[in-house]
Amino acid sequence: MRHIISILIENESGALSRVSGLFSARGYNIESLTVAPTEDPTLSRMTLVTRGNDEIIEQITKQLNKLIDVVKLIDLAEAVHLERELMLVKIKTTQESREEVKSMVEIFRGKIIDVTPNSYVVEMTGQSSKLDAFVQSFAEGSIIEVVRSGPTGISRGEKGLHL
Amino acid sequence: MELSGGQILVQCLKDEGVEFVFGYPGGSVLHIYDAIFHQDDVKHILVRHEQGATHSADAYARATGKPGVVLVTSGPGATNAVTGIATAYMDSIPMVILSGQVPSPVIGSDAFQEVDTVGITRPCVKHNFLVKDVNQLAETIKKAFYVASTGRPGPVLVDIPKDITDPNIKVPYHYPKKVSMRSYNPVVVGHKGQIKKAVEMLLAARRPIIYSGGGVILGEASRELTELTRLLGYPITNTLMGLGGYPATDKQFVGMLGMHGTYEANMAMHESDVILAVGARFDDRVTGKLDEFCPYAKIIHIDIDPASISKTVRVDIPIVGDVKPVLELMIELIKDNKHIQPKPVLDAWWELINSWRDVKCLEYDRNSPLIKPQYVVEQLYQVTRGDAYITSDVGQHQMYAAQFYPFDKPRRWINSGGLGTMGFGLPAAIGVKLAFPDADVACITGEASIQMCIQELSTALQFNAPVKIVNLNNRYMGMVRQWQEFSYQSRYSQSYMDTIPDFVKLAEAYGHVGILVEKPEDVRGALEEAFKLKDRTVFLDFITDRTENVYPMIEAGKGHHDMKLRVAPGAPADRELS
Repeated sequence: MRHIISILIENESGALSRVSGLFSARGYNIESLTVAPTEDPTLSRMTLVTRGNDEIIEQITKQLNKLIDVVKLIDLAEAVHLERELMLVKIKTTQESREEVKSMVEIFRGKIIDVTPNSYVVEMTGQSSKLDAFVQSFAEGSIIEVVRSGPTGISRGEKGLHL
Repeated sequence: MELSGGQILVQCLKDEGVEFVFGYPGGSVLHIYDAIFHQDDVKHILVRHEQGATHSADAYARATGKPGVVLVTSGPGATNAVTGIATAYMDSIPMVILSGQVPSPVIGSDAFQEVDTVGITRPCVKHNFLVKDVNQLAETIKKAFYVASTGRPGPVLVDIPKDITDPNIKVPYHYPKKVSMRSYNPVVVGHKGQIKKAVEMLLAARRPIIYSGGGVILGEASRELTELTRLLGYPITNTLMGLGGYPATDKQFVGMLGMHGTYEANMAMHESDVILAVGARFDDRVTGKLDEFCPYAKIIHIDIDPASISKTVRVDIPIVGDVKPVLELMIELIKDNKHIQPKPVLDAWWELINSWRDVKCLEYDRNSPLIKPQYVVEQLYQVTRGDAYITSDVGQHQMYAAQFYPFDKPRRWINSGGLGTMGFGLPAAIGVKLAFPDADVACITGEASIQMCIQELSTALQFNAPVKIVNLNNRYMGMVRQWQEFSYQSRYSQSYMDTIPDFVKLAEAYGHVGILVEKPEDVRGALEEAFKLKDRTVFLDFITDRTENVYPMIEAGKGHHDMKLRVAPGAPADRELS
């Protein structure tokens, strides 16, 4: 099953390699990993998407908690949560296709943020499945480049993951 | 008080109550060594190879319970220490390693003797630090000792760039008495509800067994474990790391379990209906084939590390906490409980266990004209009255030591269980002897293992650590040869060395005493002679039976009930099958 683990970790050099090293050493897989500082500059937030059965996920969370730099973590998949991913897509355009691409972007609630005579750059956020659907709606060869952030997430409701 | 970084480091060690630092100097730690030169409180033990430093410090910690301290230089100093750090990590031994690093401004430039020590050691330390500011040095050292010795202990490395210890830069010194870290709060108190449930399950058991490991030794809980076991009247088995956690000469002790455990311990595990696992981690050498592990048992598991619980074997009642207070509470609850299993139920279980004991799985040929390694260990036990500190290397001799030297006290059996590091025994013996100069310390080893850290014979002489080396010399890497005999149709690929040194001359060359023993009738006398030479390191070279194997054995991929025995159960005890 897919799990999205949100981690608060000391914002120290090497913190990222402690986490990624743990995954490679123990043979767990990482689908995506995002890291950025939080409102408290001494803390970083990592959002990690992984897959595994219940036993593996239990070990992953226990092993992560065991890392001295990890302050707190939560498996967002255990409760109702929101998930978003950012994508930037560079799409080939021609005089004839520009209108069609523009309407596709509107349907998917994206934004065109760069225009050249032969291309658009589209910014889009949403669940990963929506981003997949957008990319798949273009003919092969029309996409120049896709850049995705990997999902990040937050739980619904008043409660949050903080110190 | 204003001190330089080098002085701060030494002062921190003093304030931490450190007796010994095991180390080896080099470019990046010269400022620190200069600070060591100016004081006498912390004794520096100069090893002959950094691996030796880590094993000595590790064994010092295993024998005393206090963290061992290592000091090495950058680059090769640090990489040589890695084997010993990983050894300590696998067995959860508290250790603080101070490593020099190239000066901060040149880190990352491939400077002379530069390696990414923090990166290299990351997977085999409990935690590590790179010191970036001399003002942070004292606090970082305090944190290192705190993390190393609390919770599930382990090695902690502090990497110190040379500029941090610059004698010209002095800063105010303050060593914190206590330190707290928001990201590190080891659980110490077990859940009371879980403990109650566990006690109920234990008392209702019909075929119970207690299986205890190194956590009992590390958690100083052998007294509580012994009290609980005697109160219940249940059989108890120890892991390799747990030997001495319960007195091995007691009638409730059924021996070590696992790959080379006793028939009675493994059979009792296999047939049990309730297992109380105390500070043990269901290691693969203990469990054998997981699918066949204890098929009838409900399992209660006490461990300070939540990640050890249900890692390989799913348990029914997990208790996360320090073993000592958990066992104390269990004892209290059992004393209050009226529902103790009627005596006949337990008697029937003991009857079964005693029938397994009757197999006498550890018997060996006592009439052999060759020296049997088991006999040497038995005689060592007699000569030292069972009261020595025994270190070992890794292989057959390690198993003979575990099987034939019953340990009645914790911290007496010092071996590399998890990582299985050959070369551990001699430096370990030195570390123990320094901690307990009046105690008998023997290193049970083989001619292959001993050569991996033989250079430490020199350290033993320089620092007056007279240990006894019991070399079970079978002219083979015995355990490798045994596996090759069983699983590779006796194709002894590279498990034999053609040019084994004359160990007597070698010992003498290092300034010690060497004794060659070739006949069984000379074993006892040689051991007695060696232990009479209180102030000398003695190298006893026992030429043992080349073909002797360790029995019982659970071969890889087999279950506890599927043991290879020297003599088949029920067969006359003198019939050799192998």
